[in-house]
Formats: sequence, C-alpha cells, structure tokens
Amino acid sequence: MSGPLAGRQARAGLVFALPSVVLILVFFFGPVLWGLWLSLTDFDLYAIGDPSTVRFVGLGNYARALESGEFWNALRVTLLYAFVGAPISVAVSLAAALLVDSRLARWKPFFRAVYFAPVVTTLVAVAIVWRYLYQPQYGLVNAFLGRLGVPAVDWLGDPHWALPAILVLAVWKNFGYNLLIFVAGLQAVPRELHEAAALDGAGGWQRFRHVTLPALAPVSLFVSVTTLINYFQLFAEPYVMTQGGPLRSTTSLVLYMYEQGFRWWRLGFAASLAFLLFALILAATLVQLRLQARRGGGGARA
Amino acid sequence: MSAGEAAGAARAAGDRRGPGAAPLALHAVLIAGAALTVAPILWMVSASLMSPGEANTAPPPLLPGRATLEHFRELFTHLDLARAFANSLLVSVLGTLCVLFTSSLAGYAFAKLPFPGREGLFRFLLTAMLVPAQVGMLPLFLMLKQLGLVNSYAGVLVPWLASVFGIFLVRQVALAIPQDLLDSARLDGAGEGRIYTSIVLPLLAPVLATLAVFVFMSSWNDFLWPLVVLSDERLYTLPVALASLMGEHVQDTELMMAGSVVTVLPVLLVFVVLQRWYIRGVMAGSVKG
Repeated sequence: MSGPLAGRQARAGLVFALPSVVLILVFFFGPVLWGLWLSLTDFDLYAIGDPSTVRFVGLGNYARALESGEFWNALRVTLLYAFVGAPISVAVSLAAALLVDSRLARWKPFFRAVYFAPVVTTLVAVAIVWRYLYQPQYGLVNAFLGRLGVPAVDWLGDPHWALPAILVLAVWKNFGYNLLIFVAGLQAVPRELHEAAALDGAGGWQRFRHVTLPALAPVSLFVSVTTLINYFQLFAEPYVMTQGGPLRSTTSLVLYMYEQGFRWWRLGFAASLAFLLFALILAATLVQLRLQARRGGGGARA
Repeated sequence: MSAGEAAGAARAAGDRRGPGAAPLALHAVLIAGAALTVAPILWMVSASLMSPGEANTAPPPLLPGRATLEHFRELFTHLDLARAFANSLLVSVLGTLCVLFTSSLAGYAFAKLPFPGREGLFRFLLTAMLVPAQVGMLPLFLMLKQLGLVNSYAGVLVPWLASVFGIFLVRQVALAIPQDLLDSARLDGAGEGRIYTSIVLPLLAPVLATLAVFVFMSSWNDFLWPLVVLSDERLYTLPVALASLMGEHVQDTELMMAGSVVTVLPVLLVFVVLQRWYIRGVMAGSVKG
C-alpha cells in the first residue's frame, strides 16, 4: 500500500470512528469518572440547586454505606438474587436445551421459539402480569396449586416468599436466552464423540458427564458470568412487584441506589453504592474466571 | 427429572431407535414446559378481554365470558396510552437508526481502516462492557440537567446514540470483507466514503439487520433510564407509563392486562417476524469476550 493511500485510509478511519468514540467517551466514560468523584462528595438535593454547597468527604459515603443496616440488607438480598437465582436460571436453561436438542425431539424450532418468547417481552409489563398471577385470592398461581392441595400463599406479601416469587419470574423471563446459547454449544459437539463413547459402552448419563459437559465448558463459563452479572443488577422486578417490600425483603442494591439517588436525591451516597456494586460484580466475575481456569475447563473464549 | 437424566434417557432411547416410551415422555415434558412458558402471556391476553372485575372472581376464569375491547378503548381515549406508544416508537426507531449509523462506520473503521492507536482504542472501548450501566447513570443525569436535556426526547435517546456492542458486532463481520475488493475500488479512484456506502454497507446488511432488531427491542423494553430522566407524563415511554398507570389502577386487573398487551405485542411481533436475525444476534453476543 502506497503512502498517500494509507494516509487517506487512516484519515477516513479516524473520521468514521469519531462519532462513536466521542459519544461513548462523553456519555459513558465521562460520567463513570464523574461518578467516582461524585461518590467522594456529599452531593445532595441542595447541591442540585446550588453546586457550590458540595463538599469533598473522602471515603465518607463508603463508610456510611458499610455502617448502614439498609446497605447490608440490600447486599444480602442482591447476593441471594445472584447466587440462588443465577444458578437456577442456568440449570433450567441447560435442562431445557438438552431436551430441545435431543435427537428424539421434533418441532425443535417451535419449542425454541416458544421458550424464547418471554425473553423478548417487556420486563415491566410481564412483572405486572405476574403480580396479578401471584395475587393471593384470585391469582392463577394459588388456584393452580390449590388444585394440588397446596394451601394459599400471599406470595408477594410474605417476607419469606416474596424473594423466591420474584426469582421465579426472573428465571421464567430469562432462561430462553441461555437456552439458545446452550443449544448452539450442543450442536458444536461432534457427533463422533458420542458415537465413540457409545461404542466404548458408555451409558447415557456417562456420556452426558464425560462428553457433553466438558464440551460445553466454555459456553457454560460465558453463560454463568453474564447471568450472574444480570442478576446482580435486578431492578424492575422488585420495583414493579413489591416496591422492595415486604419489610425490604426484596430491595436489591440497584433499587436501593435508585431510591437514594432519585427519590431522596442523595446523589453522592448513591454513587458510592453504584461503585460498591461495580466492585462486587468485578470481583464475582474474576473469581469465576479464576475458578474455571484452575479447573482447566476451557478458559476464556476469544 | 434432572437435565442429565432427561438427556441420558433421550440419548439412550435414541440409540435403540425403538418406538418406546422415551419419545413420548420427552415430548410430554417439552409440551408441559411450553405450556408453562406461554401461560402467563396467554392469560394476559385473555384477561385483557374480560369485563371489568371478571378476573377477580373465585375461581379465577381462564377465558372471558364475553370478550370485550373496552379496556383498549379506555387506554387509547381517556388514558392517552397512544401517546406513550408513539413516544416509545419514536425513541426506539431514532435510537436504532443512530446506533446503526455510528456502529456501522466505527465497526468498519476498526476492522479495515488502520489509523494510529486503533487497536488500543478498540480495547479501551471494550472495557465499557465490564462496567454496569448504573455506574454512569447518576452523573449522566446531572450532566443532562446542566445541558437542559432532562425530561426531553433527546435525554431518553442518549444511551442509544452509539454502542460498544454494536461496534464489536459489526467489526466481527467487517473483518471478513476481502481486502482485494476494497483495494481494487481504491485503484478505480473511489473515495473512502463512496467505498463505505456502495461496497461495505451492502455487505454489512445482514449484521445491521441483527443489530437493528437488538437495539429496537432493548430500547423499547428499557425502563430504568427513561424512569430516571423523564418527569413529564406526556413524554413517558410505554414501560414508564405502564408502571405509573399501575399506581392508580392497581385494582383494575383487566385494564392493566390490556396495557401490558399493548406494550408487549409490538416486540413479540417483531420477534416472530424477524426471529432469524434476533437469534443470530444472541449467538454473536455469546462469543464476545
């Protein structure tokens, strides 16, 4: 490639990349850095009117968060969402993927599309639908369970049941996404591997354990990391279904951050919550990657 | 039945190739699963057609005694949900066009037009995918407030102007464009802009279709950001309007279900029609690293 042509291409490349790069710097990386500063200040309702009242408070907001019972409650709830919800979600996706991808299954595209349908629905709308399904007197959930002899439960009104009830909605809404990814992973397992194992006398379970699962390892890593991250950020479900109640038993960190930031306008404090969530997500992701690497299973995908 | 058992049973039965009970059991499970999955959606549609109060009777009816469209009429006349629908449509269409424009240019540049610092810049942009969107949300709100963009269409659009995921997706496909094709166009005297519009864009059409479906659905379904940035009811997008409607009409099950139908139906339709492109996007997303 000659000099002037290469120069022309470099100029064009810069011009083409510029709109995206500028927009992402201004509206994403800029705010993230500003957020870090914000989390070190006492920015509140008064500061919105008069920014000169803002004071630098160092790590004060973080200290306040770690001393507040509300924060620990939201953290506990978020960890429950993430470490109970995400594994269940992944397990349901994998089970459904194995069924849909089974050699005996017919109408595969149909089942795949049906299982995927909840993924494309609007979360707020289906959270409202489920709120009515969970209604203790007239809800279909209790009507259905009543047929099986299960006594009526006030799903969203009982502090013990509200969180599991929200997780059921979340799993229902999301499992189709990972199902597709698992199906793609399963289809990439060479048929010969199964046939060779069958010739060696491996039964169905053994082949699942020693052929299918190892082949799925890289996909599983991707799926578990992204699913965990999504469950760490649960917001609309409790916002719409329970407003974080009863007794704050469903208030996630993001919901807590939203309340502090946009209901009480404690923006400095809320920013510190956002960075605590970020740290948590980063830590969980790194631990998961490390675990997977140690087990020697697949490693990261390109 | 666990996943392993089910698969094991299915595979074992497959090997025997007998017309045994396994295929029957498998399809029973698949159909039961499908029924459970669509039940909430079907009930939503059914309840939206019931007379007022009908859904709140015991035992709860599955089908309306006499189907009525009065709730939809109510939503589009007194409650002005048509406006929220138009807002959602406007934001989603504009957002989709913006992301398509910026991502197709940048994705192509990062794949095929070397400039100094390009690789480093690309890697830097990718780190954005690690940062949860909520981290930048509070300052972004303050920033838009200073710019006077809070409570405006422009404000809702801000997250949908450019997309790191979009750049990544387009770049993957653009990398496969044959260099000879571009070079021979250059020898023929075509400018870089012309090469982009007449050679690159047509080749990118499939991946842009995928990206379009993706962005349209995500922006249509988005809740937290429009909730934060909009305060004027007249600008509400559907999810925000629906959540706010819930405040006053929580007792009106049938009305709320009609509102949910209005919100969900467009995306479900887009999905059914453009399934192929959407599924491709999910698969492409699964190999991002």
